[in-house]
Amino acid sequence: MGSSKDQLLTRLKELQIDFSQYEHPVVLTVETQAKYVGNMGGALSKNLFLKDKKHRYYIVSALADTKVDLKVLSQRLGLGKGGLRMAPEEALGEIIQVPLGCVTPFAVVNESARHVSLLLDQGIKTQERCFFHPLSNDMSISLNAHGLDKFLKSIGRDPSYVDLEANPPVGKDQPPDLAAFVPSGSTVLPDLPDKAPSSQDCTGNDVSAGAKSAAVTAKAVKPSGNVQNIKEKPVKGAQPSIPSADAGKFVEELLDKTSTLLLSDISEDSIKQHGGQLGTEVVNNIQKCLREDLKNLATIFKNTAYTEGFYAGTHYQPKRL
Amino acid sequence: MEKKEDQQQQEEEQVVNPWEVSAKDGGKIDYDKLIDKFGCQRLDQSFVDRVQRLTSCPPHVFLRRGVFFAHRDLNEILDAYERGDKFYLYTGRGPSSEALHLGHLIPFMFTKYLQDAFKVPLVIQLTDDEKCMWKNLSVEESQRLARENAKDIIACGFDISKTFIFSDFDYVGGAFYKNMVKVAKCVTYNKVVGIFGFTGEDHIGKVSFPPVQAVPSFPSSFPHLFSGKDDLRCLIPCAIDQDPYFRMTRDVAPRIGCHKPALIESLFFPALQGETGKMSASDPNSAIYVTDSAKDIKYKVNKHAFTGGQESIEKHRQYGANLEVDIPIKYLNFFLEDDAELEHIKKEYGAGRMLTGEVKKRLIEVLTELVERHRRARAAVTDEMVDAFMAVRPLPNMFD
Repeated sequence: MGSSKDQLLTRLKELQIDFSQYEHPVVLTVETQAKYVGNMGGALSKNLFLKDKKHRYYIVSALADTKVDLKVLSQRLGLGKGGLRMAPEEALGEIIQVPLGCVTPFAVVNESARHVSLLLDQGIKTQERCFFHPLSNDMSISLNAHGLDKFLKSIGRDPSYVDLEANPPVGKDQPPDLAAFVPSGSTVLPDLPDKAPSSQDCTGNDVSAGAKSAAVTAKAVKPSGNVQNIKEKPVKGAQPSIPSADAGKFVEELLDKTSTLLLSDISEDSIKQHGGQLGTEVVNNIQKCLREDLKNLATIFKNTAYTEGFYAGTHYQPKRL
Repeated sequence: MEKKEDQQQQEEEQVVNPWEVSAKDGGKIDYDKLIDKFGCQRLDQSFVDRVQRLTSCPPHVFLRRGVFFAHRDLNEILDAYERGDKFYLYTGRGPSSEALHLGHLIPFMFTKYLQDAFKVPLVIQLTDDEKCMWKNLSVEESQRLARENAKDIIACGFDISKTFIFSDFDYVGGAFYKNMVKVAKCVTYNKVVGIFGFTGEDHIGKVSFPPVQAVPSFPSSFPHLFSGKDDLRCLIPCAIDQDPYFRMTRDVAPRIGCHKPALIESLFFPALQGETGKMSASDPNSAIYVTDSAKDIKYKVNKHAFTGGQESIEKHRQYGANLEVDIPIKYLNFFLEDDAELEHIKKEYGAGRMLTGEVKKRLIEVLTELVERHRRARAAVTDEMVDAFMAVRPLPNMFD
């Protein structure tokens, strides 16, 4: 199971991080917590466990009175306007292994939370001390940002603070400023509802996947164009991601297109109409209708693979002689 | 041969040059007169058949429907090709705006077909310097637009192993510039004024621009691609308003020891409001943009497309539609692949048996599919891909 409160506290002491601890009855909300530790000389934090449409998770840890607007945050991450939701309760136990009401930046110590992105409010840095739950709601510990950083670094996490109240414009020329916080290499849950490729750096542009048959982009690429649901503003992924030409996905798309055409061509009526000749009819139709489409997909695949190689070639380090 | 341009076309004449296209008296463009005046040749069915024979590919819809209707020296290119002498393609875009409409895509769609059918390399010029000068954009803005437009161009499906895209601000210099000077030395000030209509008020940037658009026609401008192949011919697919640049180029070519570039030219793409209307960036309803949603397309075609249908259903059934001015029919002419279906629609609509609504509905389907396909392809184009297309790099397989 996950690290326990005691393991965490021991760890903090080992790292010689200065903190104070306060036990209290189990609290589920910041208001309740305030009753017990509100006057103890540390700022209270509110901690959100969020999830995006591609099943990536985020812990947002902020001062209690910092305004956090999920819509703005979603855009700044490059997930579009409605890309962020509160994560479901089950995810709390599964992914960050804490009970309800106990979300805390310390939860990233768990192996299962390896891919959870951590966003820290820069307001935390302005406070002498800040209160967090140490993986359990019956205690609060206060420490300063420096101590928190030390702990995070010790588990291989890079602490970075963000102005959560900022609302910079996001658009064609202003890439989402928090795009780097979107987890890459996340463990994707098996029940992907949509057919959109689980792109590493894909900024939630839900290319109308389910709508038409397999009409999706051929592979996991960083979207730089205007593919969007109708009313959304185009958003450009900011990371220097290198698109990957995925042969598997490419083949899936080819098969999808062909299958769709086959299914629509073979029906009771067409069987009656063509009988034994149906095979030839369908093949002719497929060749006529799909040739251009499939060639276009293949060209996109080729161009992507070439670009991958080009990038690798221009960034390779010559052998040292 | 070419007629000498002594004076710019004015008065009641139609005006066709790279910066202005307008018909006489608010009528239609007279293409026969244009061919006559410019001195190029009509592209007839025998050419279409010959292209089909040589490439073993079905001819592109634009060829079959006479969208690309005029040429210069296409027969020479085809003769050389038959002998085993390849050629390269050269086309371009002036990146004046971010929003591309279907009319902008036409030369690129056709060029892609030519690249695939003939298996030849292609250079694409983005004249960001021209737009900086003519549209008074900042240098940075025109460069940015060039890159954005490059993405839409790449989305048309060009093969990266055979295509070099370049922007003037990036590429002019070296061998390219040497050719520019050679060309410039052969064209007097009076001559450019005659061809392009410059006046004493125009700044010298404009006056010295034409060689920039001329020299991509010469293989020596691209030493990283065509070194040692000075004999390579060039074919330029473009809209017919670009003809003046290449008339000038063809005039200069023999004087600097190069082949004259061949041209294959297209009609203008009509605005939604009709042939007499102008497609303008300030009126989004005058054209279908590649960023339009299915809803937008439906709205624009239904509300703004100028039709040749009669005012009432009874009259329509009696007299039929006026196909000469009907925009949906014209657009279908460009984009509906199936010849038989188009013929059927024209016949029924012309006879009054089919109503305007049906024709519009079919057009909406065709355009929506086209725009969707483009959008998907565009989504797959990344900045790295643009960098790769625009990198000065060898293309070892460009003739494969």
